[in-house]
Amino acid sequence: MEHQQYRLIFKHVDQPDYSNDIECYIKNGGYEDLKKAVGMQPEAICQEVLDSGVRGRGGAGFPAGMKWKFLDRKSGKPIYLICNADESEPGTFKDRQIIHQDPHQLIEGMMCAAYAIQAKLAFIYIRGEFYEGYQILERAIEEARNKNFLGDDILGSGYSCDIIVHRGAGAYICGEETGLIESLEGKRANPRIKPPYFPAALGAYQCPTIVNNVETLCDVKHIIHMGGEAFSKIGTPGNTGTRIWCVSGHVQKPGYYEFPCAGVTLGQLIFDVCGGLKPGRKLKAVIPGGSSAKVLRADERFKGKLKDGTDFDWGVEDIPMDFDSLMACGSMSGSGGVIVMDDTTDMVEALANINYFYAHESCGQCTPCREGVPWMRKVTARMCAGQAREEDADLLMNIADQIAGRTICAFGEAASWPVQSFIEKFKDEFIQKAREQAALRNDGKPTKIETTLI
Amino acid sequence: MRMDLKSQTIDKIDKLVPRYPTIRSAALPLCHLIQEDQGYLSKEAIEWIANRLDLQPINIQEIVTFYPMLRTEPTGKYHVRVCRTLPCALAGAYSTCRRLEEELDVSVGHTSEDGLVTLEFVECHADCGKAPVVMVGEDEYTDISPDRATELAKKIKNGDL
Repeated sequence: MEHQQYRLIFKHVDQPDYSNDIECYIKNGGYEDLKKAVGMQPEAICQEVLDSGVRGRGGAGFPAGMKWKFLDRKSGKPIYLICNADESEPGTFKDRQIIHQDPHQLIEGMMCAAYAIQAKLAFIYIRGEFYEGYQILERAIEEARNKNFLGDDILGSGYSCDIIVHRGAGAYICGEETGLIESLEGKRANPRIKPPYFPAALGAYQCPTIVNNVETLCDVKHIIHMGGEAFSKIGTPGNTGTRIWCVSGHVQKPGYYEFPCAGVTLGQLIFDVCGGLKPGRKLKAVIPGGSSAKVLRADERFKGKLKDGTDFDWGVEDIPMDFDSLMACGSMSGSGGVIVMDDTTDMVEALANINYFYAHESCGQCTPCREGVPWMRKVTARMCAGQAREEDADLLMNIADQIAGRTICAFGEAASWPVQSFIEKFKDEFIQKAREQAALRNDGKPTKIETTLI
Repeated sequence: MRMDLKSQTIDKIDKLVPRYPTIRSAALPLCHLIQEDQGYLSKEAIEWIANRLDLQPINIQEIVTFYPMLRTEPTGKYHVRVCRTLPCALAGAYSTCRRLEEELDVSVGHTSEDGLVTLEFVECHADCGKAPVVMVGEDEYTDISPDRATELAKKIKNGDL
């Protein structure tokens, strides 16, 4: 079955005759929305964004308009806008396409947002690995400055704001907004404790700061274009606008696909849009929102009541792809990174791979995370090295339970959720691995077999 | 303190530092610029950056040891980074890396004896739809199956890259 994409943000992505220079952008109607924006009252734009219901596309899904409302405007301190282009959640690769193929869309969205919150200065914090993206943005900003779309007295409005592109250097934790701010200030990216360090009150340089994801800031441009109310009609109430789903892993056609929120189900996305699995394979598990999201098992059923009171009874394939539905199933849409695993996947190895990542990326500030996450990595690595024990599953669960909720930032949860969900849903495989190795040991055979994911 | 930096590097530094609200914000960008200029961050480089930003060397040292992309040792002529995070691993990144180890005669995490290649595992590079992803310097190569890794290794050995 065909499912028509709704390409709002990705309208020009992969369009053959489209280039990322400013002439092409302007030819396609670019910067008209910024012209419109600077003719509006800043508060009116904030209201449109609030009315649009747009929720943050970086992971937490918090309403962007609400975030803006929390801005401390009375302090008299300068306000800063930061675009979070760290795109560090494994499985996510949407911001890369925007930056590479349509950088002016981001710049226009940012300048609209900067004007709305009356930011003094804006930053794009881009992950260090995106060297080409960094160069593209630097050039695009120069082009936009030459045409007075940013810089001093933008389009004669009296409002001035510039953008600094700031490169990260390979640390996942910089995707966490207060870690990002520490990094921007020239320090280790150790996240700050909230309260008091809610960026909207005490952010960059202890000034009120808004941190928004690349995709969210692009949405701002479209909200100004069509109005908040029209934007809120895309998708479903509470889950407005489009989402870009980045599908990777064991599907025939991995890639990025933009749909209205709830426009497709998880099953339609995997089997129709992405061409299903390789011949002869069966679906085993899906991580629906980047590697920290809780894994879903292919034969699970989800029953309950949605926020609006309607009952649901879904299999994995029936889950509508939006914020609230995935949350109702105990996982999350996160950053939109859908990682698909077929029946050839060894779940112990898959978790060992994920644990390796989070152990590598823990900033080391909070004891439960600094000590616990590498401990979980060691246990799963040992299991894959032929030394699995039947009690390992319970041990892993025990460690994860003692990390989640006990750290300064959400990294503790990000590292614990995969462990908790893998053990909860695939515990038999963890125990089976220990038993198989014990049987081999009894037969005097080597227990270490070749691994593919670790 | 003297550092032999390219004049473009000095220009970039002089332009960049005053743009930030606080001088310390320029610490990470300066680390990048000096590393691009020198290939790595020596003890002298760290002291130079600290001095330039009116900071203590420890303020730079602590970020150099925190961020994985900052290096205190030079790499080989070719710096090959293989993503090993889950989506790339599901697409066979570990086989790709083993093939590169064989073809380039270097074990992952090390530099070859002739100094030609440094081979490293890295975490997600955010292009999971085209996994496995391999970086050579700042150039990205996607869909690198073991056989394509052999082709890539040949080009590196022949200096065709």
